[in-house]
Amino acid sequence: MPALYTKPSPPSDDKRWKIVETRMRRMGDRPAALIEALHAAQEAFGYLDDDALLYVGDTLGVPHSRVYGVATFYSFFTLKPQGEHTCVVCTGTACYINGAKDILAGLERDLGVKPKQTTADNKISILTARCLGACSLAPAVIVDGQVAGKVNAGELVARLEAL
Amino acid sequence: MSEQNAAARPIRRRVLTEEIHEGPIRAHAYVCEAASCMSLQAHDITLGLGEAAAEAGLTDVLVKRVGCMGLCAAGPLVKIPETDQLFSAVKPGEVAPIISALEAVQPGSEREPLGPFFEHQVRVVTENFGEIDPESLEDYVARGGYEALQKVLSEMTSTEVREEITKSGLRGRGGAGYPTGLKWTTVAKAAGTQKYVICNADEGDPGAFMDRSVLESDPFRVLEGMAIAAFAVHATEGYIYCRAEYPLAVSRLRSAIRQAQRAGFLGQGIADTSFTFDVQIRLGAGAFVCGEETALIASVEGKRGTPRPRPPYPAVEGLFGCPTLINNVESFANVPAILRRGSEWYASMGQGKSKGTKVFALAGRIVNTGLVEVPMGMSLREIVFDIGGGITDGRPFKAVQTGGPSGGCIPAQFLDMPMTYESLIEVGSFMGSGGLIVMDDTSCMVDVAKYFMDFCRDESCGKCVPCRVGTTQMWMLLDKITRGRADLVDLAQLERLAGVVQKMSLCGLGQGAPNPIFSTLRYFRDEYMAHIEERRCPAGVCEIEPAEVPA
Repeated sequence: MPALYTKPSPPSDDKRWKIVETRMRRMGDRPAALIEALHAAQEAFGYLDDDALLYVGDTLGVPHSRVYGVATFYSFFTLKPQGEHTCVVCTGTACYINGAKDILAGLERDLGVKPKQTTADNKISILTARCLGACSLAPAVIVDGQVAGKVNAGELVARLEAL
Repeated sequence: MSEQNAAARPIRRRVLTEEIHEGPIRAHAYVCEAASCMSLQAHDITLGLGEAAAEAGLTDVLVKRVGCMGLCAAGPLVKIPETDQLFSAVKPGEVAPIISALEAVQPGSEREPLGPFFEHQVRVVTENFGEIDPESLEDYVARGGYEALQKVLSEMTSTEVREEITKSGLRGRGGAGYPTGLKWTTVAKAAGTQKYVICNADEGDPGAFMDRSVLESDPFRVLEGMAIAAFAVHATEGYIYCRAEYPLAVSRLRSAIRQAQRAGFLGQGIADTSFTFDVQIRLGAGAFVCGEETALIASVEGKRGTPRPRPPYPAVEGLFGCPTLINNVESFANVPAILRRGSEWYASMGQGKSKGTKVFALAGRIVNTGLVEVPMGMSLREIVFDIGGGITDGRPFKAVQTGGPSGGCIPAQFLDMPMTYESLIEVGSFMGSGGLIVMDDTSCMVDVAKYFMDFCRDESCGKCVPCRVGTTQMWMLLDKITRGRADLVDLAQLERLAGVVQKMSLCGLGQGAPNPIFSTLRYFRDEYMAHIEERRCPAGVCEIEPAEVPA
């Protein structure tokens, strides 16, 4: 007889774990809740650390290897903490043919960061998105959640440096 | 019972001016609050207009947020429906002209002409766009919403519903164009007591935003379509798989689901019958391959989104091993209109085997970027030049990319071709979900092919070798060409490899990945040759490396 299953307790008494726990419980703590649980954890903490992955896996009865597999498969999940500010550059087709390439080149030249990297002072993270759906504003970027349209590299760098 | 409930507990205060109303409303101001206009502070405009109207003592004016009006390039938009006046590029704090226009509205005021952008369109899926508050069930019902579901539940059998859809000639709007009625019949006839309905809202094609706009502007329509589908295939549970990159669409859907449940249009005993159906949202997490139906199912089950071989098709063995109906957002959004107005009316639009209308997202180097709905079979020229307003800066038209990374480009000689599923396949492209990216002479077609290959290489799930390795190899060859380092052997290698990947890949992502190469080679082979033989990029986009000088 295997030992009776006990639900694992959150890694710390940080209140944000409650959000993750609730989201999993609402879906019956079943393995199908894995992606939703990871979404909840990333919303609450900004990124997924080992504690989060282990806790979610143990609660839902999903092997740790599979949790890691899912967390790394989907590009929306990040396992590293982000910088203070984020700048998402859209690389969708409309933005691409309207000059998203030049924006990324400008960021690399002036700030020294490539996509998915954070500046050395931990201030700005540069990310890319497949399409923001803001094609009429191409090329578009999101700076700290605010969409900015029809940007050029010089203006964007100046704006990011002023943050 | 249900209606009283909804009235007794208003979901949220809609507009500022609602409280100061006395008597009938003389004029409305509709503010577009879809993603594109929202990112230009459209919500501040709504609030500002409400305050300004109150200050001016306009107690008979209602300011209302509405869904996408389509003309995203000119946003944020404000419309006065009584006179059809349209204010574009409105700035928060500069609403005085709108207020004076509102003051001037009288019953019987003259209407302004709509302009070619709106006049050439036929609105079915988008009939409520820019007319209703997307978070108001009352608004949706006032425009004929939920009539179809009530008719289906009270007057029709599930067989009759499926027949009606089959007769309408509706085909999957996600791209492949599989007849919707046939799919519904397969699911209905599949053995099993538990069945599911899934709405595919994982719109991954870059440059396509039709589904996002539908969910943001008329979410109830999708829910109604799903409920009708569930009735027709005997399903009781539904999922909407939506991209996490669309936060506004997700929040509007959540609000719509809550209101529909409260009003008895979702949940147990819908519209006082014994029919039960409920919907849950599942968020995607940024994987393009999850638009493929078997990968999508894996993702809803909480797994890595990798496709599996078909058959068995999801219609027989899908979510959690049960028969599952998967349709795209736009397909479901067509359903209520078909049942309300009849299959004959729907089948009267369109051309040949492509019936009804299609929503297209216009983007790229075109004046009127935005969302349009036209009857199937309209020519590309009408869409790009009459509705789209032509090319930005008056430059020459070069090509239109349809179908995203799995589609192809259509060059100028096919501008007069009707847009149908069949004709697009004939010229080597395909309908896809409906994104039209217009390109002018500043785009290099080799570079465009490389861009799409980079996309596929990055998004390949890695399960099957032809796609995982093939896309990377093809990208490297294209990169070599754009750097001016390739010879004709490389080009032959590229063509051969593209054929292998197309034939051997497991799912649509890999099978479609070589399409941009095939179609650019077919119509713009001279550009490839210029890169290879003359070491020159005709469009001046590619950075050709200097020739190696033998030491």
